[in-house]
Amino acid sequence: MPRQTPFHSRTNALCESQNWVEWSGYFSAQTYEMDHIHEYNAIRLGAGLFDVSPLFKYFIRGRDAVALMNRVITRDASKCGVGQIFYTAWCDDEGKIIDDGTVARLGEDSFRMTAATPTLCWLEDNAFGMDVEIEEVTDAYGALALQGPTSRDILQQLTDTDLSSLKYFRMLETKLAGAPVNISRTGYTGDLGYEIFAEPDQCEGIWDALIETGAAYKLLPAGMTALDMVRIEAGMLLLDADFHSASTAMFEVEKTSPYELGLGWMVNLKKDHFVGQEALRRENARGPATCTVGLEIDVLALEKVFVQNSMPLQLPYQSWVDELPVYSDSDQRDHIGRATSGTWSPVMKKYPVIGRVKPQYAKIGTRVYVEQTVEARRYAVPATVVKMPFFDPPRKRE
Amino acid sequence: MTQSYDAIIIGGGHNGLTCAAYLAKAGRKVLVLERRYLVGGAAVTEEKFPGFKYSVFSYVVSLLRPEVIRELELAKHGLQIVPLDAAWVPMENGDQLAMYADPTSLREEIKRHSKRDADMIPKYSQMMYQMANAVKPILGYVPPNPASPGLRGARTLADFGKHLQSLDKKTFHQLSKIMTMSADDFLAEWIETDVIRALMGISGIIGTMLGVKSPGTAYVLLHHYMGELDGAFTAWGTQKGGTGGVSDALASAAQSYGAEIRCNAPVQQVLVKNGRAVGVVLEDGEEIYAKTIASAADPYVTFRKLLDAKDLPDDLVSAIDKFKFRGSSGKVNLALDTMPKFSAMTDPAFLRGMMEICPSVDFIEQAYDDAKYGAFSKRPFADVTIPTMTDPSMAPPGKHVMSCFIQYASYDMPEYGNREQQRDAFGNAVIDTLSEFIPNLKDIILHKQVLAPWDIEQEVSLTEGNIFAGELTLDQLFFFRPAAGWADFRTPIRNYYQCGSGTHPGGGITSGPGRLGALEILRDGN
Repeated sequence: MPRQTPFHSRTNALCESQNWVEWSGYFSAQTYEMDHIHEYNAIRLGAGLFDVSPLFKYFIRGRDAVALMNRVITRDASKCGVGQIFYTAWCDDEGKIIDDGTVARLGEDSFRMTAATPTLCWLEDNAFGMDVEIEEVTDAYGALALQGPTSRDILQQLTDTDLSSLKYFRMLETKLAGAPVNISRTGYTGDLGYEIFAEPDQCEGIWDALIETGAAYKLLPAGMTALDMVRIEAGMLLLDADFHSASTAMFEVEKTSPYELGLGWMVNLKKDHFVGQEALRRENARGPATCTVGLEIDVLALEKVFVQNSMPLQLPYQSWVDELPVYSDSDQRDHIGRATSGTWSPVMKKYPVIGRVKPQYAKIGTRVYVEQTVEARRYAVPATVVKMPFFDPPRKRE
Repeated sequence: MTQSYDAIIIGGGHNGLTCAAYLAKAGRKVLVLERRYLVGGAAVTEEKFPGFKYSVFSYVVSLLRPEVIRELELAKHGLQIVPLDAAWVPMENGDQLAMYADPTSLREEIKRHSKRDADMIPKYSQMMYQMANAVKPILGYVPPNPASPGLRGARTLADFGKHLQSLDKKTFHQLSKIMTMSADDFLAEWIETDVIRALMGISGIIGTMLGVKSPGTAYVLLHHYMGELDGAFTAWGTQKGGTGGVSDALASAAQSYGAEIRCNAPVQQVLVKNGRAVGVVLEDGEEIYAKTIASAADPYVTFRKLLDAKDLPDDLVSAIDKFKFRGSSGKVNLALDTMPKFSAMTDPAFLRGMMEICPSVDFIEQAYDDAKYGAFSKRPFADVTIPTMTDPSMAPPGKHVMSCFIQYASYDMPEYGNREQQRDAFGNAVIDTLSEFIPNLKDIILHKQVLAPWDIEQEVSLTEGNIFAGELTLDQLFFFRPAAGWADFRTPIRNYYQCGSGTHPGGGITSGPGRLGALEILRDGN
């Protein structure tokens, strides 16, 4: 039986659809209304409020905190200033990705780490001989993501701190509606947005204040269905969708490296030793076996397939996660990779898909073919390799 | 002497901009001339009251052709359409009708009104969907001249015939009926609940001076079924920041391909030399020359105002003079201090949809009766939307704008005095009727803008204020839009083209005429 997050009394009251899913052992709303589309639009037009409390959270404190972080993550933790946040990967000894998440530097010798999978044991194992204290604080903090163009206006109503100076991937401690919180300018939507951490007994009050103040700014509580659509638009990868964790994958073929996932930019080979560094150095030298790419399905071609079946074009009404074959040819002879998630994007009027292909097909503008099934028949529908993120409004950073 | 262009588009409405974008994309040097200070024609957003933005005229989007969105990459240029929830109707007895989007809630709601209708509504929708799907391809056709179709026209007719044949017998019979019956008679064959028939019937009368019981209105029901949002049929939405955003996206697309747009540049006349259009004269006397001139204005302006009748064949002049404009709808835009409260509304979430003041079939027919001799409805039908329910960019936080499409109002309503008095009397009737259903309305109005058909004509040059640049009835569609023999975007004047809503596929924000017009211009090698 999943548990309830500190916001549950509030999310439950608003969850008309009673459409709950389990997320890391907690109840999480898939949608609040029967249909997700208002929630999706709120994120791109007003603001969406997500309960992201189920994220695994850890504090790493002590003289060797930087050393531990640097041993674990692929980026150089010493470059992460106090108040700054890194999005980073961490890998096993073979250089295969275990998970991705954020590392926030709370002080000179203290970090907060978020992860999609349980990471305590792995941190402890790597801390052998180090002067560092590792504490799992998943239950000690509720977490919200407030995402969308009006998110700053809403937060600013509730705090005396000037939020216009809070830059992308920076955080601060302040009070929100009187409650002590940590606010970071981060998110999983590719939009202007914030994540808010607070102690459980403060959570209901914060939620109420955000919902009340947010009404005038078109805030809606939003669930995982809408979140998955916007994270695909933002070109953000999802664990167990676009990749698998090396620590839980049963088979070698399921594992991937940061290079293969388009996360090569966060692998710092020059810094001191970290887990997986040697393997990653070798991989960097020979080049990755596959490349993660953004694909844009040719909707006109897809329409033709539907017309062949005497039907009008039908676009996915929400996102999908799957493993669809990708070919270099329309005859489906030359298999070159897979499409792992996709969605129709109402805001872009395009059909973006995240996938992985052989490196020679990863160049922007390359034409490939993605399998689509219509009326129980498989078709290879043309798609073009495009830049990710698909949707990248300036307000995200401004 | 000014510079010369490949093409001049008269009128920066959404179709003029569309035409310009396609021509510029094809490498033509294009100039758009717009009479007003901003582009958009009847698709504009204006801040008539500080902090509040109105979609002044046209206010919802559904018929915008998906190929135009794709081909001009309108999303990249700012197109962002937010779907509206389905309709909600307050009834005179204090009850409501809520057409939920999700089938389960809808069924439960309809069951309250009629168990039979709860079963029938999905069947009716299926039938309409199939018909719309069969007829829809004509939106993309260039109408041939049936009397002398030529090779391409013959192919179009054959194509169309094939589509009709793809219908099963039952649907084909329904299609014959819908082409001839009144909206209410047609609906009554399917649906017994009066308020549901009223709600569904209104799409048969939008923009026409006809009642729900007038023959011919059933077809217009189907026309409204051809809209779509992201492939979802019949879905309606509002553009972020108001309807002007659609025009801005089109203008931005056109400019990105190199088109030039000049506002405050009213065209007085098209220059014709030896039966060939060679340029235009602006009201201030400036002459601008181009190889091709395309008018996005309505048929009356295109043929009767911008040209001299002597340059046109008599039968065309006569056809245009008979073309029915007779505007029948007005618009009331309100800035509101807080959320309006409908007394019959059980859930404020319904405010995200379209609120329809059409409590019964007789209410709508009575509204028509009032207006048909040259007046406005004492209790008019209203289609109300509140875009600020989802869009934070149109009013200050917590405040709202409310768009009320009103029917009926006549072009001239002499019994109420001069134009100003007519407008005031009309506006008052609207506010009074709305207040019957929204008791707090009068207390929360911060600003109001009232537009009767005459005002619409003055502001955006739509003859007699017809919002579709000519009524959308069968006798004025396809081959007949705007006149038999001249429905293929060409005119008797060489190099003078039509690309406005007065041509196929007609009015509403479709971009269809602009696109098809541009493609015909390019086809002629111009």
